[in-house]
Amino acid sequence: MADTTALARFRDSDIWWSFRRSPTTVVAAVVTVLFFMGAIFAPWVAPYNPFDVKSLNLMDAFTPPAWNSGGSAAHLLGTDNQGRDVLSAILYGTRVSLMIGLAAIVLSVTTGVLLGLLAGFRGGWVEAIIMRLADIQLTVPAILIALTLDGVARAALPKHVHDEIAIWVLVISIGVAYWPQFARVTRATTLAEKHKDYVNAARIIGVPGARIALAHVLPNAWGPVLVIATIELALAVIAEASLSYLGVGMPATQPSLGTLIRIGNAFLFSGEWWIVIFPVFALVILSLSVNILGDWLRDALNPKLR
Amino acid sequence: MLAFIVSRLLQSVAVMLAVSFLCFVLFNFVGDPVSNMVGQEATAADREEMRTELGLEDSVGMQFLRFLVNAAHGNFGKSYRLARPVSDLIVERMPATLELVAAAALLALAMGIPLGVLTALRRNTIDSQAVMTFSLAGVAMPTFVIGILLIYVFSVECKTWAPAVGLPGDWCFPSFGRGETEKIGGWTTGLLTASGLKAIVLPAVTLSLFQMTLVLRLVRSQMLEVLRTDYIKFARARGLTNRAVHFRHALKNTLLPVITVIGIQVGGLIAFSIITETVFQWPGMGQLFIQSVQFADIPVMAAYLVMVSLIFVTINFFVDLLYAAIDPRLRLDRAQVGTAGG
Repeated sequence: MADTTALARFRDSDIWWSFRRSPTTVVAAVVTVLFFMGAIFAPWVAPYNPFDVKSLNLMDAFTPPAWNSGGSAAHLLGTDNQGRDVLSAILYGTRVSLMIGLAAIVLSVTTGVLLGLLAGFRGGWVEAIIMRLADIQLTVPAILIALTLDGVARAALPKHVHDEIAIWVLVISIGVAYWPQFARVTRATTLAEKHKDYVNAARIIGVPGARIALAHVLPNAWGPVLVIATIELALAVIAEASLSYLGVGMPATQPSLGTLIRIGNAFLFSGEWWIVIFPVFALVILSLSVNILGDWLRDALNPKLR
Repeated sequence: MLAFIVSRLLQSVAVMLAVSFLCFVLFNFVGDPVSNMVGQEATAADREEMRTELGLEDSVGMQFLRFLVNAAHGNFGKSYRLARPVSDLIVERMPATLELVAAAALLALAMGIPLGVLTALRRNTIDSQAVMTFSLAGVAMPTFVIGILLIYVFSVECKTWAPAVGLPGDWCFPSFGRGETEKIGGWTTGLLTASGLKAIVLPAVTLSLFQMTLVLRLVRSQMLEVLRTDYIKFARARGLTNRAVHFRHALKNTLLPVITVIGIQVGGLIAFSIITETVFQWPGMGQLFIQSVQFADIPVMAAYLVMVSLIFVTINFFVDLLYAAIDPRLRLDRAQVGTAGG
């Protein structure tokens, strides 16, 4: 029974109403869901496994998209220089890109929210240090921070080790770059909530401070945190793609969308445009959809902006 | 006001010290600087001599002090990759980056402000909605994607479509490099030759698009806010023309925050020029930095970071002062004003 009432309440809510009212948002949501499904189920949805070297046939290399002359129905979006199916590569690449983006955002949400709670509750020099650090970091573009961290990891680790754990290096580099926004919004909520009666009541009956912070105050911060997380997911996916495009991200053996674009870039001049343009479209459509969703969520959760 | 200036100055110095210390740690403790510099066949004695020569046997505090003194003299050691003094490399590459950044900043302002005003004044028309949609694309499209698409349309495919629409075949833009450059003193400029000017168009557009949409959105929202105020209503009540109200009264009050945000964004342009320079093989500092990251060329990385931080900190310092001079309310804490980053 609880399910149906929750569903009914959701149907009556402002959020659902504002969602249905905006066709752009609905399209963006559908596209985003499709991308996530394609990424999650890539091994089943993709026509080929682009990492299976045995299935690659060099004779198939440089097949143009199916609707072009010389194209074949077997490779809808054509193949690259090694005969890899572009569509399959995009599906697997999206999987890598989204995985890194999500993991990075989880990392920065965790770091940012914990530091924000700490700053809000402790005050004093702890707050001063955390918030000044956030201010300073916000003035430095995230991509520069991520690049530096990646460069350090490259210097500190031998090449083959670095390639193996490239995905985690990226997650940490990008995750670290985006925490300040979360810390700010959590601190603001904490400051607004911490003198309210329910917090005092919890304190009086002897609830430990950490529990008050996490179980009582934190839920009030989830709304704005979710909005920022959605918008920053798009930014994180773009950051990963940029790093991989610059050649300091995912290696060619495990390509993300950015790596695919970097590899394909060389063929743009020799006429094999599909190797680069389709991954580019995938990246742009994905980031645009997530951005639109984030914008909508911000407006829907903050009626003042309407 | 003096206390404010002093406190901001101290803060800037503290940030620079922190960045320098980070770079110093990078420089001395990530990897082994000695094995980065000597060849494979160096003996243990050679290494020991090198360590003493580099001062790696001194205390950490002493080493940091020496690093600071050297950095203040512009001495960041030699590049591992190119075996040349880092300062020479940076000085050589700086003009290319600064010209690109200046061109992009000008473009962002010249396009962003008028478009922002237009979309604010003609809120619900099709043309302003088209501009807003376009601006969303500017936010969502990564810099390198914009660059690739511009190269594809105006450099590669251009050779097919330009003659078809009656343009001369050499109308298309170059896809890489700076074109011909001229040397004035120590500064190589591409802005004085026709091919140099043509070469800067696509990279500058690529780099400016994100900032342009930012300026556009900022001008628009500020303008909408100002247009609602009482003094605008009063100006209208006085019977002033629309033009006077919009441009003399409204726009002027909009521009102060825009100027300060632009100040901060110039730092962003320098960082994003890393990507643009890679796409267009633009021989600037950003390209040097990315090559250094790929080769773990720590001295160049450290020098670049210190340089860029110095630029950021200086700009932020002056922006803070400007804020405080313009608006006394902000003398307390600028932290409330969000600074956008990408």
